[in-house]
Amino acid sequence: MLTAPLSTLNAQPAEVPCAHCGDACTENSPHLEDKFFCCDGCKTVYQILAEKDLCTYYDLSDSPAGIKLKNRNFGEKFASLDNVDIAHKIIEYADAERVKVVLHLPAMHCASCIWLLENLYKLREGIVYSRVNFMRKEITLQFNPTQISLREVAELLTTLGYEPQINLDTATPKLADKQYKRLLYQLGVTGFCLGNIMLLAFPDYLAVTGVDFYAQEANRGFFIGLNLLLALPVFFYGALDYWVSAYKALRARTVNLDVPISLGIVSLFARSLYEMLFLNGTGYMDSLASLVFFLLIGKWFQQKTYAGLSFERDYKSYFPLAVLRKGKKEAENTEEEFVQVTDLKKGDIIFIRNQELIPTDGILQSEKAQIDYSFVTGEAIPVQKYAGEQVYAGGRQVGEGISIEVTKEVSQSYLTQLWNNEAFQTPNTLSPLERKVQLFSQGFLYVTFSIAFLAGLYWFFIDSSKVANVFTAVLVVACPCALSLAMPFALGNALRLLGREGFYLRNAEALLHLAEIDTLVFDKTGTIMKNDSETVAWVGESLTHQERAYIALLCRSSMHPLSRQIFDWLNPQTFQTELCLANFQEVVNRGLTGWVNGIKIQLGSSKLATKPLPEESAQDTAGKVFVFWQNSCRGYFRLESHYRDGFPQLLQDVKDNYEIAVVSGDNDAQRENLAQVLGKNVTLRFMQQPEDKLLYISALQQAGKHVLMLGDGLNDAGALKQANVGIALTEDTTQFSPACTAILHAPSFPRLGKYLQYSKKLVNVVYWSFLLSLLYNFIGLAWAVSGNLSPLFAAILMPISSASVVGFAVLMSEWVRE
Amino acid sequence: MAVIIILIILSILVAGSFLAGFIWAVRSGQFEDTDSPAVRILLDDKK
Repeated sequence: MLTAPLSTLNAQPAEVPCAHCGDACTENSPHLEDKFFCCDGCKTVYQILAEKDLCTYYDLSDSPAGIKLKNRNFGEKFASLDNVDIAHKIIEYADAERVKVVLHLPAMHCASCIWLLENLYKLREGIVYSRVNFMRKEITLQFNPTQISLREVAELLTTLGYEPQINLDTATPKLADKQYKRLLYQLGVTGFCLGNIMLLAFPDYLAVTGVDFYAQEANRGFFIGLNLLLALPVFFYGALDYWVSAYKALRARTVNLDVPISLGIVSLFARSLYEMLFLNGTGYMDSLASLVFFLLIGKWFQQKTYAGLSFERDYKSYFPLAVLRKGKKEAENTEEEFVQVTDLKKGDIIFIRNQELIPTDGILQSEKAQIDYSFVTGEAIPVQKYAGEQVYAGGRQVGEGISIEVTKEVSQSYLTQLWNNEAFQTPNTLSPLERKVQLFSQGFLYVTFSIAFLAGLYWFFIDSSKVANVFTAVLVVACPCALSLAMPFALGNALRLLGREGFYLRNAEALLHLAEIDTLVFDKTGTIMKNDSETVAWVGESLTHQERAYIALLCRSSMHPLSRQIFDWLNPQTFQTELCLANFQEVVNRGLTGWVNGIKIQLGSSKLATKPLPEESAQDTAGKVFVFWQNSCRGYFRLESHYRDGFPQLLQDVKDNYEIAVVSGDNDAQRENLAQVLGKNVTLRFMQQPEDKLLYISALQQAGKHVLMLGDGLNDAGALKQANVGIALTEDTTQFSPACTAILHAPSFPRLGKYLQYSKKLVNVVYWSFLLSLLYNFIGLAWAVSGNLSPLFAAILMPISSASVVGFAVLMSEWVRE
Repeated sequence: MAVIIILIILSILVAGSFLAGFIWAVRSGQFEDTDSPAVRILLDDKK
């Protein structure tokens, strides 16, 4: 079949996967010998790789490695990198012969990618070295600027499908993950000390004190001294975070769980110190070290971060780094040059190309523009603007390039102002469970102190030599270390489980907030409605085979998304007629015109009509693509968006237990349709500006609701931040998502209801683990008040209680998952 | 038996060198990316 002659419109055997990206090839796909490609981009990459003998790329992974290159338009996107000032914003190091740069490549996804990207030096002269950080999806490149420019590097990567993400955020220096590194140091140091302390305490465990050698004063002193020396880093460095946290809490006149823990550690240390220095005893340094070690492991376990994801993105990661300035309003004959968007001044004339983002507010200079504000407002259909009209930051120009006179600096623009709006920066609130823990810690502290005092008082009358002993023993044993381990382990484990499913939570506390949710607010466009997979319906007299072929031919010549959609819907693989298209013309905003077999065919908006349209189709022309046959209307394609897969299932899961609302930036054309699907008890709000969404959520919160917001775009950013839990839904986790509490990968969308249930069960697991650890505290207390707490007993009880609570929490968090 | 003191000191020094090794590893960024080295080792250069 593959050897069949391949004229342009000839049918190809069905389901030939692209040799590069694995997509199905369409009939007019390019090919190289026996390899077929879905588009020219894929073919180009294959050719480049084949030429340099780098086709191992395709053998490294099971599924096709290549990145889809359909509908990609690079244009002059990276031209701004030729500007030295702009390039230096992202270059790490540069001298005459070497330039080092770190680029973020979100498209990186498999072993093949690593292989290819690290073999870049074979591909192009001038690239010296490249190294990938897969977790961060970053590449560190070193190249020779005399042979290749930064722009060329960026373009090479883009040609291969790994488009570097260069935006305003890239230029802002990032805080390195120092905290995590410090935790690793602390773990290492504490682990080292723990092992050695335990080893040195061994003679005591085995009660070999009677042995001559060990009984000798000098030798015993050596053991004790060494133990003390090893305990110091644990006490001062390993447990540092607990001191800081407890100190902060006490200064704020509150008590957190770290306060009783610190108290336990301090009394353990003080008592050991006393015993070692004055009583020639061994002390409890082993218990101290194992306690701190366990606590640190808990921290480490909870600190699972998703390096490839960002929960903090703001407008900076959305804006381009630079924009072409054509000139200034007053000053004449200024040169065209790229300037950083942050340097834009009032009066600058900037040029925005097709698909580029408008970085700041301005006045349109070009005749007209078609601006897609979908990301800012949620409105799906681009807005038409004419010369002299105001355009706002955040819009995306669709069509030819436009000129804009800047009226506001970037930091003053509508979008940036919106972002800096106070309401958008809500402080983090404590979840109810955290508040309970706080109250509990307070109570715990009082109870512990009372028991310690009462026990001390009792022993004062019985045997006064044991008072200090019992008092400190109570504080040591009551240290809620197992308690403080239960939560990090249960939640940390759950975080991992959910992450594996494509539900990425920002941190463990988010799970606690999730459990408290009682109201769900959904964004419509892009969230519960899919905007990319609109269904096409033909309205009018049914089309003949031939007519379909004609329309398909017309659509094929256009890159407009609607044309592609109609083309796909027509499924022209079934036509085999040889046709030829003449005088093809595409006019932005109007549509396509062409002659096939002498028949004039037009496809596009109602503006193409030369005669008045039939009445029923003339109303509400949005979302309709008209077809004209020799200037008379033949009918139209209606494009309908439909619900995201699994939405009914999700609705079924949540509608009984949660209040549901849907907010949308769109008009209420679909109100009835929505109401039918969602049922009566759902609040529907249309024409909602980003602020309206935010205000609606804060109104719900005022009424005592715990709100979850599920949204997808910048238009939901404020609402996502305001909500108790803001979840950004994304088709591709490497793509931009606004600041949020969690990122939900689209395929997991139907399971959201399950995740909500899971979070509730998880909170119960935490309670049960608390109870278990309290049980251990009581056992220990019984020994402590009776004055029988020996170092050996403490060294055994503490790790056992910690380990069993941790084991319980992890196993239960696994088990309650369905 | 006094030799045990020398042995303990030696063992702590050995363990200390491992700790130093760990600290060096963290400092040089070996814990920043735990995914790509695992893949990288399996990719061989075509000679």
